[in-house]
Amino acid sequence: MQLNDLYKEIILDHYQSPHNRGRPPHADIEAEGSNPLCGDDVEVFVLLDGDRVKEVRFDGSGCAISLAAASMMSEVLEGKSKAEVREIGDLFKAMMHGEDVDLPEEMEDLEALKGVANFPLRVKCALLAWTTLEHGLANENVGGRVSIEVD
Amino acid sequence: MENGVSDEVGYDVHAVRQDFPILGIQVHGKPLVYLDNAATSQKPQVVIDSLVHYYTRYNANVHRGIYTLSEQATAAYENARAKVARFINAPSPECIIFTRNTTEAINLVRYAWGADNVRAEDEILISEMEHHSNLVPWQLLAQEQGAELRFLRVNNEGRLMLDGLDVLITEKTRLIAVTHVSNVLGTINPVKGIIKKAHKYGALVLLDAAQSVPHMPVDVQELDCDFLAFSGHKMMGPTGVGVLYAKPHLLEAMRPFMGGGSMIRKVMLAESTWADVPQKFEAGTPNIADVIALGAAVDYLSDLGMANVREHEIQTTQYALDQMREVSGIKLFGPWEMQTRAGVVSFVIDGVHPHDIAQILDSEAVAVRAGHHCCQPLMRRFNVPATARASFYAYTTEEEIDALLEGIHKAQRVFGHAIERSV
Repeated sequence: MQLNDLYKEIILDHYQSPHNRGRPPHADIEAEGSNPLCGDDVEVFVLLDGDRVKEVRFDGSGCAISLAAASMMSEVLEGKSKAEVREIGDLFKAMMHGEDVDLPEEMEDLEALKGVANFPLRVKCALLAWTTLEHGLANENVGGRVSIEVD
Repeated sequence: MENGVSDEVGYDVHAVRQDFPILGIQVHGKPLVYLDNAATSQKPQVVIDSLVHYYTRYNANVHRGIYTLSEQATAAYENARAKVARFINAPSPECIIFTRNTTEAINLVRYAWGADNVRAEDEILISEMEHHSNLVPWQLLAQEQGAELRFLRVNNEGRLMLDGLDVLITEKTRLIAVTHVSNVLGTINPVKGIIKKAHKYGALVLLDAAQSVPHMPVDVQELDCDFLAFSGHKMMGPTGVGVLYAKPHLLEAMRPFMGGGSMIRKVMLAESTWADVPQKFEAGTPNIADVIALGAAVDYLSDLGMANVREHEIQTTQYALDQMREVSGIKLFGPWEMQTRAGVVSFVIDGVHPHDIAQILDSEAVAVRAGHHCCQPLMRRFNVPATARASFYAYTTEEEIDALLEGIHKAQRVFGHAIERSV
């Protein structure tokens, strides 16, 4: 087992100095996700500019993998259209399930999480923020905050 | 002595380890260090042999066949009941009901006793440190009956705040359901005093003994508890078998738990009468092989001597606590004083989430648990989402504790930046 596959420098950096962490005063989409079985919680906030993501912010508590994944997600989605967000989310999920995927160049940070696929119990950690965001997008018309439990 | 504490361990731990085939295996090319005994224990060869022997020599259904194999299986099954009864000093084998596990034993009490004895506005007293299995059944019963749940709180040291007991127990209290030993904090609760007080008010007491019966001498008559539940797989026995002990007059008065074969005396189309205790509570073909193997585990533990097991765990846990408290950035939970603490050590480390601790320990073949340990209210009480937990048993060595410490240091190295920042 290669521990280095999991705890890459870049993942630890995102965990220890997360980007875009904190609640914004206003958000167009707000979603909270939790994994009651392991106690991880994440809140995802999306600020939109028309159809495009202006900013993604997140907060929460969890392990290195789940918080690093949230931090990376918040970075790569900036400026993307909603359709692109869904596409990237699908690619990321496929990667977490062990599929060989071609990520766009500017998203190579996400590649660092590829090793998580070798640790089946930790895949849900890497997916928590993404699943939460997806749930928020899908319920955008509902308005207000939506929440989802995953395990 | 209290909790069966003697001064010396009357066995050689390295010799004991030879009896457990799994303790010789390697994980990721390193010798297994199994420190998740509060979740489940490993099995000695005699228990494994017992299962094989049953299936290869006398597999037959019990309490039915008029033939040799069935008689042998029935005798072995009932003999295991007698062994379990002696192990906890129950007054008779008939007080021992075999279930699937502790959870089912507690739920049996909820259905077969609770439904008739807990009514609207009655009270059930439980503690904040209960495993979900001794919490959720009582939430369900209270909701169904319109009863009230009351709670014994936990102090910072991880002990029950018993000062409040006089206020919490009232004439309306029907049941106190409390854990004998906390699966998170290791606290050994002073249950004898709680039971005495409960009985003064006419309340019954159920002890969750999942973490005590495997690790220390437990005498149900001395404790005077009304119900006591534990699991076979945490005491070197197989999974799939648990035990409910109850006082004989309670079992006589209780309604059946599940209906079906074996638990009846006479069945008519519209109604039936019940078999005597304990069969009344064991509907259907029981878990014959695992019950018999639990008997073998009880024999094995009795040969080690439960006072010896307890003393070994005191020494091992003391060794672990002494080492762990030297680690910078670590927070340990539970009482310090070993006379009232079992071999369970929950901890968190600054800057390293418990799941990451467990992951890194696993890379060193050290198996610990990380999470809420089925105690979400207790996690909230201590303001942590989760802890890492190392738990010991009769076969745990100081070398294994050293491996745990090395793993903890490795986790801190991997997350080095976080440690520097948090200091």
